[in-house]
Amino acid sequence: MREFRYERADDPAAAVALLAAEPSGAFLGGGTNLVDLMKLGVATPDVLVDVRTLTSAEVTDLPDGGLRIGAAVPNADLAADRRVRERFPVLAQALLAGASGQLRNRATTGGNLLQRTRCTYFTDVTRPCNKREPGSGCGALEGVHRNHAILGQTLDGPGACIATHPSDMAVALVALDAVVQVLGPEGERAVPIAELHRLPGDDPSRDTTLRHGELISAIELPPLPFAARSRYRKARDRASFAFALVSVAAAVDVADGVVRDVRLALGGVAHRPWRATTAEEALRGRPATEESFAAAADAELAAATPLRDNGFKVPLARNLVVRTLLEVAR
Amino acid sequence: MDTEITLRVDGAARSLTVDTRTTLLDALRERLRNTSPKKGCDHGQCGACTVLLDGRRVNSCLVLAVTVGDAEVITSDGLATDDRPHPLHDSFVEHDGFQCGYCTPGQVCSAAGVLAEARAGWPSHVTEDLTAEGVTLTDAEIRERMSGNLCRCAAYANIVPAVAAVAEKEGVR
Repeated sequence: MREFRYERADDPAAAVALLAAEPSGAFLGGGTNLVDLMKLGVATPDVLVDVRTLTSAEVTDLPDGGLRIGAAVPNADLAADRRVRERFPVLAQALLAGASGQLRNRATTGGNLLQRTRCTYFTDVTRPCNKREPGSGCGALEGVHRNHAILGQTLDGPGACIATHPSDMAVALVALDAVVQVLGPEGERAVPIAELHRLPGDDPSRDTTLRHGELISAIELPPLPFAARSRYRKARDRASFAFALVSVAAAVDVADGVVRDVRLALGGVAHRPWRATTAEEALRGRPATEESFAAAADAELAAATPLRDNGFKVPLARNLVVRTLLEVAR
Repeated sequence: MDTEITLRVDGAARSLTVDTRTTLLDALRERLRNTSPKKGCDHGQCGACTVLLDGRRVNSCLVLAVTVGDAEVITSDGLATDDRPHPLHDSFVEHDGFQCGYCTPGQVCSAAGVLAEARAGWPSHVTEDLTAEGVTLTDAEIRERMSGNLCRCAAYANIVPAVAAVAEKEGVR
């Protein structure tokens, strides 16, 4: 691990000011991903600004029925929060499907959103990777890419990248239209979560639209009454403690057998948590039947560009979408 | 960069100077000679380094020692009181829940965390009803909750009843 200076601040604004003055510094939350990447030589910050206990560690009610989640809330606490379990079960399930008990105790909500891909070409500094070292190429394209993206990738040129975003939690938050509260050198701003994570485009080194020095302070969940019937399903290579091959977050509002409203997001398929807007549009006003669900999934996945070894993700995603929608529409 | 820290480990405060890169695991093992937590994968994947930090199980290999502050660190060694093993220690022995012993201290700390989390009513990935009050530590619940601890000595089969027996005594099963 490269040497670094360790800093603490008295409040979030001071932490932001500290980091803004350190071009190759980083915030340290729970460290469950960053410390690992530092050990691997993938992350090499000069300065760590510890923010783990700086932002709120509380989940609080919003007047409109939504929830405000402090960025320092541990993943374990968020999953156990009774309001989350009752109003937004998809979020509790996504959190519980991720990592292990030990990691969930240490990982924070803010840090979870900023965790980096587990693409093995990214985490192995001896391999080419445009995300870790822009311009070096993408080893996964012609290499081992069974776990990689099928949607929204950049397949050639200096931006080539087929990595997936690893968070389960973020997939549920995308389905719930969460809003990320950010504190930066120029003050506060609110970022709809759909605008937080990026597709690789021509610069896969940037996972998010945050600017250097910007700190996630909280995540707000707007009220969504029909999310009380929501569900997260995750397909992975073993029963527990593994990243998603494909995951689905779904909530459906059905009245008289017709889909009035629906929220659908996929994990493990793209560089960012994938909001399935095409499928959502195809479903609104349609009968809540297996046929409609399958047609909507097919419409969403029509844009998929699977590679040599990850084509199985297309039918896996389709089936997982259909099963999950059937379950929540029941 | 060297920093002075004080760690409270198994009931005793210990002051030491560490390089900021030192993990809690390395501080415990290499500096404080507490070899109870083991270094397995060193990447948070095997759980052999599990300790309780303010009562919560964490992977000590991913915690930088400088971040620990005055939190209380309990290793499997420190779970014993007055030279008496912890009920989980006894139960692991009774049920033959370990073989080489390398991953056992982490398994025991993790099991202590599992019991505390179940007493607090925390659900898991296999909990059917998220809105239910309380948790029953069925075998499936124990397996899921212990899944952050990998032991390739084939001890899993005996770890489940070892944890279950203590859960039963504590009324979370």
